Amino acid sequence: MADVKKVEKKKYSRMDFTSDQSVRWCPGCGDYAILAQTQKVFPELGIDRENIVFISGIGCSSRFPYYMNTYGFHTIHGRAAAIASGVKIANPELSVWVVTGDGDGLSIGGNHTIHLLRRNININVMLFNNRIYGLTKGQYSPTSEVGKITKSTPFGSLDRPFNPLTLAMGAQATFVARSVDRDTKHMQAMIERSHKHKGTSFLEIYQNCLIFNDGAFASMTNKESKADNVLRLEHGQPMLFGKENKKGIKFNDNIPEIIEIGNKYSIDDVLIHNEQDYVIASMLANFTYLDIFPDPVGVLYAIDVPSYDEHVVQQIDEAIGHHGTGSIKELLNSGNTWIVE
Amino acid sequence: MEKTLKNVENVIIRFAGDSGDGMQLTGGRFTETTAIVGNDLSTLPDYPAEIRAPAGSLAGVSAFQINFSSKDIHTPGDKVDVLVAMNPAALKVHMNELEHGGMLICNTASFTKKNLTYAGYESNPLEDGSLEDFFNVFAIDMSKIVTEACSDMDLPPKTVERTKNLFALGLLFWIFDRPTETTKSWLRNKFAKRPELIEANIRALDAGYNYGETTEIFTTRYMVDKADLPPGTYRNIVGNYAVSLGLVAAAEKSNLPLFYGGYPITPASEILHTLSSLKHHNVKTFQAEDEIAGMTSIIGAAFAGNLAVTASSGPGISLKSEALGLAVMAELPMVIVNVQRGGPSTGLPTKTEQSDLFQALYGRNGEAPIPVIASATPGDCFYTAYEACRIAIKYMTPVIVLTDGYLANGSEPWPIPSMDELETIEVKFADTSSFVDGQFMPYLRDKKTLARPWAVPGTTGLEHRIGGLEKEDVTGNVSHDPENHHQMTLTREQKLNNIVNEIPPTDIYGSPSGELLILSWGGTKGSCRTAVEDLQAEGRSVSHIHLRWLNPLPKDLGEILIRYKHILIPEINMGQLSKIIRAEYLVDAQGLNLVKGKPISKGQIIKKVNEMLES
Repeated sequence: MADVKKVEKKKYSRMDFTSDQSVRWCPGCGDYAILAQTQKVFPELGIDRENIVFISGIGCSSRFPYYMNTYGFHTIHGRAAAIASGVKIANPELSVWVVTGDGDGLSIGGNHTIHLLRRNININVMLFNNRIYGLTKGQYSPTSEVGKITKSTPFGSLDRPFNPLTLAMGAQATFVARSVDRDTKHMQAMIERSHKHKGTSFLEIYQNCLIFNDGAFASMTNKESKADNVLRLEHGQPMLFGKENKKGIKFNDNIPEIIEIGNKYSIDDVLIHNEQDYVIASMLANFTYLDIFPDPVGVLYAIDVPSYDEHVVQQIDEAIGHHGTGSIKELLNSGNTWIVE
Repeated sequence: MEKTLKNVENVIIRFAGDSGDGMQLTGGRFTETTAIVGNDLSTLPDYPAEIRAPAGSLAGVSAFQINFSSKDIHTPGDKVDVLVAMNPAALKVHMNELEHGGMLICNTASFTKKNLTYAGYESNPLEDGSLEDFFNVFAIDMSKIVTEACSDMDLPPKTVERTKNLFALGLLFWIFDRPTETTKSWLRNKFAKRPELIEANIRALDAGYNYGETTEIFTTRYMVDKADLPPGTYRNIVGNYAVSLGLVAAAEKSNLPLFYGGYPITPASEILHTLSSLKHHNVKTFQAEDEIAGMTSIIGAAFAGNLAVTASSGPGISLKSEALGLAVMAELPMVIVNVQRGGPSTGLPTKTEQSDLFQALYGRNGEAPIPVIASATPGDCFYTAYEACRIAIKYMTPVIVLTDGYLANGSEPWPIPSMDELETIEVKFADTSSFVDGQFMPYLRDKKTLARPWAVPGTTGLEHRIGGLEKEDVTGNVSHDPENHHQMTLTREQKLNNIVNEIPPTDIYGSPSGELLILSWGGTKGSCRTAVEDLQAEGRSVSHIHLRWLNPLPKDLGEILIRYKHILIPEINMGQLSKIIRAEYLVDAQGLNLVKGKPISKGQIIKKVNEMLES
């Protein structure tokens, strides 16, 4: 292996993570914000830059690695998760990041995404969800809402959309979170949490496509509607939202309902978020396409279980402990052999 | 009674029975003992794709052929001298390939009305006299004898009946004068936790051996002397196992961790199985969710600095094709093994074919040259896998290894190489020598090989980005410039062509010019060589060249080909190498193209040669 020089932690600034390539997304694209927050937060993560690898597939979001001054690999459509798996298993010391989109990660690459999640390889997935195909100029995506009018669906799309969060929960992800491109501080916090999670972290980022799907998440970013439509989750805190946090989520016989804090209900009636509770996380994930509920952002689910790559190393160590380090000479000469003189 | 001992040079036996009769095991045990007594040998397992086809059906017949000799042999042989047919279906399927006068050994217990009807027999051929004119028939109630042998054991009748293959094995050990001890110790090991099965199987084995010794049916035993093989330590080796060992050897020689990513597929899965048991050799195996992930995971592992390998067969290779293009573009070292089987589509999963040559050479979008090397024998699979790793690392390129179902499951005695004999594999990870003006240049090439630097994540100062978009020469930045694309296309082609310098001068078996040249590649080598030996012995002007590298082709090949009046290329496909040779060298190469799921036989080649020479 190449020498991974372990000196004392280096100090980085945002510029250290900015490559010399000019960024080529459409002006106003949500991707700029995500890139900026990533470059801003990475110096704080305490990872040596040479140990960071960004892997992407194909799509607008997948240009991301070119702009990060780390190791990067812009691969082929849908396969980033599988390529990243190879990188991480080959060298578990690396901090591996997958940047993908709703088409790349959920359509052509859906299989790799779910299998990465179930294996729980210590890889961080950032899935930019703009609910549209941008690079191919505006066809509906697997997260587009039913009836979407696009170039390929002039009479409206018929497919029921994927909900990335329920998909991740169903695939037994150990870390499921969401953020929004416009919410800069929150996104930084979510990137940091993703990094700290051991195992696959799945971070969905709502990202506005100015050209082909502008305003897809407007209700969550507009000043007037934002409070009513976004549920900001924090572990151990009540699920409050709305102007002045006057609304809350309550369990009523295990069915969620929205309550108004005031006369009938107090803050004590509001459900407390617990990141380790699979039922709560699944319920929150399901809010996504239900108009009456706010869209949750933050960490829905995070549990601590050993990662796949840890087990790989452990199995090899155990095998070496048991047999000693294998020698090819012995292996070649094993079994029944005979000598011809 | 007195038994005669007769010396013979060469014997071909085929064990055939129902899928559940344990014919592969029986053949495997006979092979191991035959290897240890020092004969040269070659084997051909032939089993159905169904795990358990209906018992007694023609589709469910499983067979194992072994050719063993006191001389140097190259193939499992054509017509067989001994056929062991454990049921009527096995007899029906394989009878036509038994030599007239050959030995036919049958288990009469399976020749029931039901099984006979199932196999399409109107009367019992063991009783109606239809076989005696052609073969030396030995009809034995094996099931009854093994039941007798185990009568004092408290075992279910079905379990006892299942040992009848060991009876057949024991009988053949007696007929061909080989010891039973190796098989006994193997049984003790295999059934270590079931002592009653060890006992029952050993009793069946001994019963078979003693049956030959004591009954008057068998009057002659045959001896096949030790083969005059070059000195050395030998083992018997199966192709897929040899591939696995070649990869592990390359990993140890290069001092790189081996990463294997793949998806189970017949007939390549044994490579995954073998490597997954070798974790103490620092081998990582990743059973991916599909063929695409198998391929792309090794691209990731190669990027991260491992010796990265995948293996598959035709349908799986098809799925890997797009990613192979990325491997070409990213110029990362990795090895892709294609254990070819009958196609197209699902085709004939358990049968051999050579029909993926075009796929290996051209099966990608764009101009995507990949070096292709093909194994010639089961043991050669070790060397081709090793060589592929060496070239992949030296030239920073994916390399395809073509083997096939016949090589993968076939076996031969194999002189064990010493690690010192193997060529060095030098790994040079990138350092500051690839810097221009203080900046790392991921596509700054080695002047001689045109390999780009291997810059592994984790190395300080070499942070860089690569990808599937066209690269700018030297910098590796994305480039859509037309001149650059043309230049890079030529460079990738030239890098492949440089590998020609690794290929030694072509070895010609026979006269360097003459009437006819047989040109072969892959698993047909043995049949071609055997045919040429026979033809030369008859005084025919026939030579043989076997190609190891298919891409690039040896640089002296063109000048050699024109020295022969006729060129014959036997292939288990519709003439893929023939077309390449015709296009490349403008010579009138003729094909012998038989796509029957089994190796082309010596006899078929000789017949074709005679036709060509007479016309």
